[in-house]
Amino acid sequence: MIPRMIYIASNTFREAVRDRVLYNLIAFALLLSGAAIFVGQISIDIERLVVINLGLTAVSLFGVVIAIFIGIGLVSKEIEKRTLYTVLSRPVRRWEFIVGKFLGLAGTLVVNTFFMAIGVFGALLYVAHKFSAPDALILVALYFIILEFLIICSLALLFSSFSSPLLSAVFAFSLFVIGSFADDLRGFATLTHGPTRWFATAAAYVVPNFSALNVISAVAHQQPLGSQLILQNTLYALFYTVMALSGAVLIFERRNLK
Amino acid sequence: MAAIEILGLEKTYMVGFWRKRPKRALQPLHLTVEEGEIFGFLGPNGAGKTTTLKMLMGLVFPTAGSARILGHEWTDPEVKAQIGFLPEQPYFYDYLTAHELLDYYGQLSGVPAKDRKRRVEEVLQRVGLTDVKGVQLRKFSKGMLQRAGIAQAILHNPKLVFFDEPMSGLDPLGRREVRDLMEQLKQEGKTVFFSTHILSDAEALCDRVAIIHKGELRGVGAVEDLTSTVQGKVEVIWQGTQIPASMKALGAECHVTGDTVRAILPEKQQDAAIDSLRRERIRLIAITPLRTSLEAYFVEKLQHSQTTAGKIS
Repeated sequence: MIPRMIYIASNTFREAVRDRVLYNLIAFALLLSGAAIFVGQISIDIERLVVINLGLTAVSLFGVVIAIFIGIGLVSKEIEKRTLYTVLSRPVRRWEFIVGKFLGLAGTLVVNTFFMAIGVFGALLYVAHKFSAPDALILVALYFIILEFLIICSLALLFSSFSSPLLSAVFAFSLFVIGSFADDLRGFATLTHGPTRWFATAAAYVVPNFSALNVISAVAHQQPLGSQLILQNTLYALFYTVMALSGAVLIFERRNLK
Repeated sequence: MAAIEILGLEKTYMVGFWRKRPKRALQPLHLTVEEGEIFGFLGPNGAGKTTTLKMLMGLVFPTAGSARILGHEWTDPEVKAQIGFLPEQPYFYDYLTAHELLDYYGQLSGVPAKDRKRRVEEVLQRVGLTDVKGVQLRKFSKGMLQRAGIAQAILHNPKLVFFDEPMSGLDPLGRREVRDLMEQLKQEGKTVFFSTHILSDAEALCDRVAIIHKGELRGVGAVEDLTSTVQGKVEVIWQGTQIPASMKALGAECHVTGDTVRAILPEKQQDAAIDSLRRERIRLIAITPLRTSLEAYFVEKLQHSQTTAGKIS
């Protein structure tokens, strides 16, 4: 059971690598090195702030784009191309396939993030010439970004299990945007009354709360992050991911492959 | 023990966008395939062959009915370790090489790591892809993909192999090789269930066949039995292009092909025909009772269903 999921995950990772997904690292490296050189030249004591903000935001956005655009095709592409037939006609359960695909994409994003993180620290060293203790908080921000990727991957897989790639992309990207403003949505709900309040409150709790996972600004300003926040965000992301994956499995288990 | 027992599998799809209406792809199908035989599942395009295979593979869920494969419930995932499947017009992960693809499928089928490398090399050799094992599948021709498909179906040494249109996309030599492979599989004691609409392949290979049309089973039986009906006519073949007048007088239908003549005439005129050829000093090549071909049986079954449908409507 577990080996089969690992095999599927490895193959998904191999597909991403061979489809040159990791080439995005080149664009990322160019962006970051260009920004570091530019910031280093203007030098008005905000180099560190700019590099962390820009670097981590780029890590997040590059990863989100990869998560959505690979995630939406993970199942639908296999059905469309009928590559799934020769997988599911083996002793592979449908849920193993879904979880394996998820792990493969998550693994791709972790590797991608790892290399981007090296880029961020490299740019930081270039502009600040040394690391300081608060820079360790960047690791927490990166961890939260990975949690964000897990949620997006699972959502993309969920949509991919019943919808076309185009619609899946629209759904996933819409949820990412709405989820990034989840705190604002909750604030809005408290200001309204009646059915609007119920609807806004329900929407605020159903959409993934990506704003809670975004600590880039806090890290750039060297604000402390409590261990409770790390624990809460971890549990929240895992819960949301498991729920979305369960939905994907439930739908996929009943799907006829025409 | 039966290799496959199909117990009333049926499939109805809902079609239409706004007002969905049922469309029956497969009427309740009852069919048994014995272990060790090559079984042909015949029917024209759209007859329900692929739907049946997909249901047996768990890719499509039946509306009703069930099946048993190798004595187990067909939904049992572990049964799948003992079966191989070649889909129609297979498409594989084209970023993989043939070797990587087979290694991956070997992993999923539970082939132990120590045996996998050897098995992969063996099946590559068997389907003639050894020379291109390091080439990505995106560079493969249709025929090569079909060979890769056959390789993945037999990689894990299954007891039962399902082939959906295995000759599709193959040149005459490739078709011959696949026929030989299927016969080898039978000799190894494996059961082969294959769908096709190429009747000559079925007639040459199958122990038994089933004919399906418009989702309904029209006939099933041993190829020998289906083709053993003597029509009360004989086929006489002789050398040359000359057709004696006496032969025509016997009511023979004569066809000249190259330097041979093939005549079909009533069985009771057989002796008179031989005498006629002897008189003309013509060399007789063969004289055989005319039997129903599988093609004739197939056409008869399809026409029968169309006639019945016409009467009902």
